[in-house]
Amino acid sequence: MLEIKNLHAKVEEKDILKGVNLEIKSGEIHAIMGPNGSGKSTLASVITGKEEYEMTEGQIVFENENLEDVSPEDRAHKGIFMSFQYPIEIPGVTTTNFIKTAINETRKAQGEKEMSAKDMLQKLREKCDLLDIDQKFLSRSINDGFSGGEKKRNEIFQMAMLEPKLAILDETDSGLDIDALKIVANGVNKLKSKDNAVLVITHYQRLLDHIVPDFVHVLFDGKIVKSGGKELAFELEKKGYDWIKEEIKS
Amino acid sequence: MTQLKEKLLSSFIAFEDQKDIDSYVHGIRTKAIKTFEKEGFPTKKLENWKYTSLKKTLNYDYKLFPSETKALEFKDIKKYLIDDVESYKIIFVDGKYSSHLSETTHDGMDICILSSALNQTKYDLLIENYFDKISKKDGITSLNTAFSSEGSFIHIPKNVQVDKPIQVIYFSTGKNESVFYQPRNLIIVGENSQVEIIERHQSLSENSVLVNSVSEIYCNARSVVKHYKIQNDKTNASLIDNTFVSQERNSDYSLHTFSLGGELTRNNLSIIQNGERIESTINGITIIGENQHVDHNTLIHHKKPNCNSYQDYKGIFGDNSVGVFNGQVMVEKEAQKTNAFQANNNVLTSDKATINTKPQLEIFADDVKCSHGCTVGQLDQNALFYLRSRGIPEKEATALLMYGFANKVLGSVGIPQVKTRINQIIAKKLGVKIGFDI
Repeated sequence: MLEIKNLHAKVEEKDILKGVNLEIKSGEIHAIMGPNGSGKSTLASVITGKEEYEMTEGQIVFENENLEDVSPEDRAHKGIFMSFQYPIEIPGVTTTNFIKTAINETRKAQGEKEMSAKDMLQKLREKCDLLDIDQKFLSRSINDGFSGGEKKRNEIFQMAMLEPKLAILDETDSGLDIDALKIVANGVNKLKSKDNAVLVITHYQRLLDHIVPDFVHVLFDGKIVKSGGKELAFELEKKGYDWIKEEIKS
Repeated sequence: MTQLKEKLLSSFIAFEDQKDIDSYVHGIRTKAIKTFEKEGFPTKKLENWKYTSLKKTLNYDYKLFPSETKALEFKDIKKYLIDDVESYKIIFVDGKYSSHLSETTHDGMDICILSSALNQTKYDLLIENYFDKISKKDGITSLNTAFSSEGSFIHIPKNVQVDKPIQVIYFSTGKNESVFYQPRNLIIVGENSQVEIIERHQSLSENSVLVNSVSEIYCNARSVVKHYKIQNDKTNASLIDNTFVSQERNSDYSLHTFSLGGELTRNNLSIIQNGERIESTINGITIIGENQHVDHNTLIHHKKPNCNSYQDYKGIFGDNSVGVFNGQVMVEKEAQKTNAFQANNNVLTSDKATINTKPQLEIFADDVKCSHGCTVGQLDQNALFYLRSRGIPEKEATALLMYGFANKVLGSVGIPQVKTRINQIIAKKLGVKIGFDI
């Protein structure tokens, strides 16, 4: 589904990614871990097409298509979704309005008709139930005055509504208490199927107790320096990142 | 500029000859034309007109009285009305009252026209008590006063809740000529009465139109007046709107100004609080582009204790457009416990657009809460990326953000049909077909 080859990227003249290779297939859950400043969030932003991030070398191929020069909205239409580490507050635009627009623009891009009001309403209700969200929150402005946990839950709610092929969860666990974490993880697991994939970016292992990865990668100084199964996450949790740094040096 | 002034001065005698020279108003008009002769049109030399030049606007060869008027049918004007709400209508076409398009009343209140109030003795006392009492005596207002003969006349006695909104609309059709109009509104709202007024100036002409309008609005004790100005005229039509509001104790006046069209629009708004526990709320949404120019010049004058004022003007400026916000709040020494809030937030969507914003607070009382803030910025790029990453194309995402920005002001509109209409105009202006919830 996603193939990243020798990806180099910079922000404001600073090289952040220095040759990332990663392949994600349908049905898989991958986790990327790594210390602060290793380039985790940059990788997520580059995959979703944020313009301040400049790809200087390499390729991102999604569903056999090179994503170079593809706009963020077109990437979304192709099925890429990112749950933001810091979701943006947009006063004056309700969540319903936003999500309706997003769904219908995606359908339009795929040559489908707009979703009927009835279907939309039903879907909104269904996904609210899935994530234990009070429907009243749909008529509030996007993330406006939301707590950290509410914002993260809203991200997963949007993901549930948009049903992407590839969901990137950028530090979704930060700001969540354990109950909210379980609800969010439970939602992600229910949405998981053999046709989609999840890339979890996290600092800590605790989210991976609930969203169990097939593969764990360690990103360090802009490169994936170690890959393994879920046991790698446990090891990192126990031993920290220093041993990996030692390994690289030697 | 001088040419138009000369033309106005010389036609005044002929204009006044047709009127009753013994009337009370004759004296006022004669005095006013002298003031205009002395002051002339405002120029950029005046502090209050520093950012707005009338030079180009005054250069057209305007007719002062249209030589012909076109008969309009309801179907011609329907789209300019808020037509999905029951309302009183005072409609003028080319400066003349159009009775067949209007719906007026004298049943327990007067919702009618100024010319009839000026010509009937039973209104003499009202005219003597209220006409030209609060309007400013500057050049541009005096010019209107000198030629004042027609406009809306709304008199609501005490303890009346007007059952439906009043729409006052001025159409101009000038087929082969540019025309200069000077409508005059007199609105008197009695004690404990309530009224909603929607006001609009609309050109249907291919030629230039200039409107110099004056409104005097008296809000007596405990009255509630909700006022809406829809400024969405053609780009060859200009408007100088002079609105003077006088409020007595416990009254509540609110105004929403939607400046979405026109070539040059200047709003001179002055609100004077004469009693205690008064509420004054003025909100504005300005969305313009091309070479359009909108200037809001507001004054809220707090004279007595325990009053509030709230103003929130938002603007979105594209292309080569120019915006001006000059908001003056004056708090007199006696006006303790005043609570005055002012905000002016602007977004520039083009490098060539300009906004000049200038809050002016003059506070002479020591126990007051006054806050003001103005911002000028671009749309939040992170918010734009957020929307785009959800599949909303850049153009629609931009529109949605602008909509969100302006939406707060729409939230306080009391007539749902007005809210819907403005919402539609904004969506159309932004060039998107987004079904906005309100």
